[in-house]
Amino acid sequence: MDLSSIDLRAIGAWFHGLLISSGMSQTGIHVIEALVGALLLLIFGLTLVIFLIWLERKLAGRIQDRLGPNRVGPYGLLQTVADALKLLTKEDVTPLDADRVPYNLAPGLAVFHVIMALAVIPFSNRVIGADINVGVLYLMAVGAIGSMAALMAGWASNNKYALIGGFRVVAQLLSYEIPLVLAMIIPVMVSGTMRMNGLAVAQGSIFGFGWFVWTLPLAFLIFFVASLAEGERAPFDLLEAESEIVAGYNIEYSGMKFAWFFLAFFMNSWVLAAIGTTIFFGGWQGPFVDQLPALGVIYFLGKTMILFFVQAWVRATFPRLRIDQMMSFCWKFLVPMALVLFAAVAIILKLNLPQPLEAITLLVANVAILLTGVTLLGRTQRKALYAPKRAFTPTIPRL
Amino acid sequence: MSGLKDIVDGTREIALAMGVTLKTLITEAPVTVEYPDEPMAIYPRFRGRHELRRYENGMERCIGCCLCEAACPTGAIYVEAEENDPAKPLSPGERHARIYEINLLRCIFCGDCEKACPTEAIVLGHIIDLADYDRHDFLLDKQALLNPPTPNTIIRPDA
Repeated sequence: MDLSSIDLRAIGAWFHGLLISSGMSQTGIHVIEALVGALLLLIFGLTLVIFLIWLERKLAGRIQDRLGPNRVGPYGLLQTVADALKLLTKEDVTPLDADRVPYNLAPGLAVFHVIMALAVIPFSNRVIGADINVGVLYLMAVGAIGSMAALMAGWASNNKYALIGGFRVVAQLLSYEIPLVLAMIIPVMVSGTMRMNGLAVAQGSIFGFGWFVWTLPLAFLIFFVASLAEGERAPFDLLEAESEIVAGYNIEYSGMKFAWFFLAFFMNSWVLAAIGTTIFFGGWQGPFVDQLPALGVIYFLGKTMILFFVQAWVRATFPRLRIDQMMSFCWKFLVPMALVLFAAVAIILKLNLPQPLEAITLLVANVAILLTGVTLLGRTQRKALYAPKRAFTPTIPRL
Repeated sequence: MSGLKDIVDGTREIALAMGVTLKTLITEAPVTVEYPDEPMAIYPRFRGRHELRRYENGMERCIGCCLCEAACPTGAIYVEAEENDPAKPLSPGERHARIYEINLLRCIFCGDCEKACPTEAIVLGHIIDLADYDRHDFLLDKQALLNPPTPNTIIRPDA
């Protein structure tokens, strides 16, 4: 992927010419080219996970003064490969009364909804699987399959704990999808396009000052918090809080099928970081990217890795929330704030202000809504803190 | 404006927490001891595998008095004494141990044999890797006790 886009186009043209010279029909050539592109994305996604798992374990290890994986391969890089091989040799157990079709479908669905999301992510101006004009809508639609996979796995396992785990996942993912989607909509409104590459192009002004994270910091905050929950990461990882509850919807899965869920988890985190990069951090935009388009891929992967690192960093820092805290934080704080921001941005855009003034107004609106929201949150929290803990005060008998 | 204060306070708290983890990530070296590759640090009075000691002139310290056998609370030690050959004595005393066996599967590493020994012949050494593949290898005979392998341990520098 680190070739310059000119070379990539040359490779594409060469491949196109090869297919034409083989005398195939136009449709056949189109299908084969799409299949090759999909295969490349699939291979990229699956190899990336090997590195991501290593990175996350290494980071968590160093933060906790441990070494992290270091026995297999240089710096333990092949640890994930060894783990996958071990899982491949394990017995693949299917519960006796499992509903076999959804049971076997769920792990694949869990992974492929993430890989499908990779299709619309612009790695560079030219390096993009499919630059469809409803890219953001496609991401939302595809992302919703994830909770479907979890529910399928929970239901088909024919295990009450798996079913409860599946419900838990659906409750959390559906709840946090709303602020996530609302936060994703706001840059779409500002830039006026749902095209993922269009969003990246729209942020291309001087030295990163056009990034939406500067004009819409609150939208990014909501997006980041919701993406932590959507990626099932700490402090929202109580879907499968290893140290507290039974694993959840994947409890009946063993061997490689379990590995697929694990893979989906890490890839989902990375894809959410990639979406955040594209929407809020200018995607492949960076200095000198017009002169040397190959830099775009490096900028994009670099920014995404920084966001992924922040996710891992947050995971290593903060303890879990309680389920009611998590839910009320989403429904009583994030969703109203996202809705108000949504309305405010819509009104500001309708005013048709000239460019620098519009950006400043957006920033002011973001900060003002954050301030108001936090004031209200703080007031309710204080009220809850000083409220009497018991319905009545028990009288302590004197001895 | 309690909201502004909340934001400032909350941001500071989060930044402090994240700063702690970032500091450990960057500045602190891992404390892991890669044990089989590096020696493990133990205290000087750690009680590991037994060994039988000799005097400087090569004579065995053990005089076959069987006090350790009597002191052992689990009966892990078996000693059979024999008269020394006056021409070629193995130990400075009248007798030496013909058989000296310690069953590590019974031993609880209490150190009573050390205390009972009048010549400080039996001591608990610094060998800590005692796992083995065969039950019979846990029965240490006199040769194994007299020639212990080099321990994969160092004395803790702070001890």
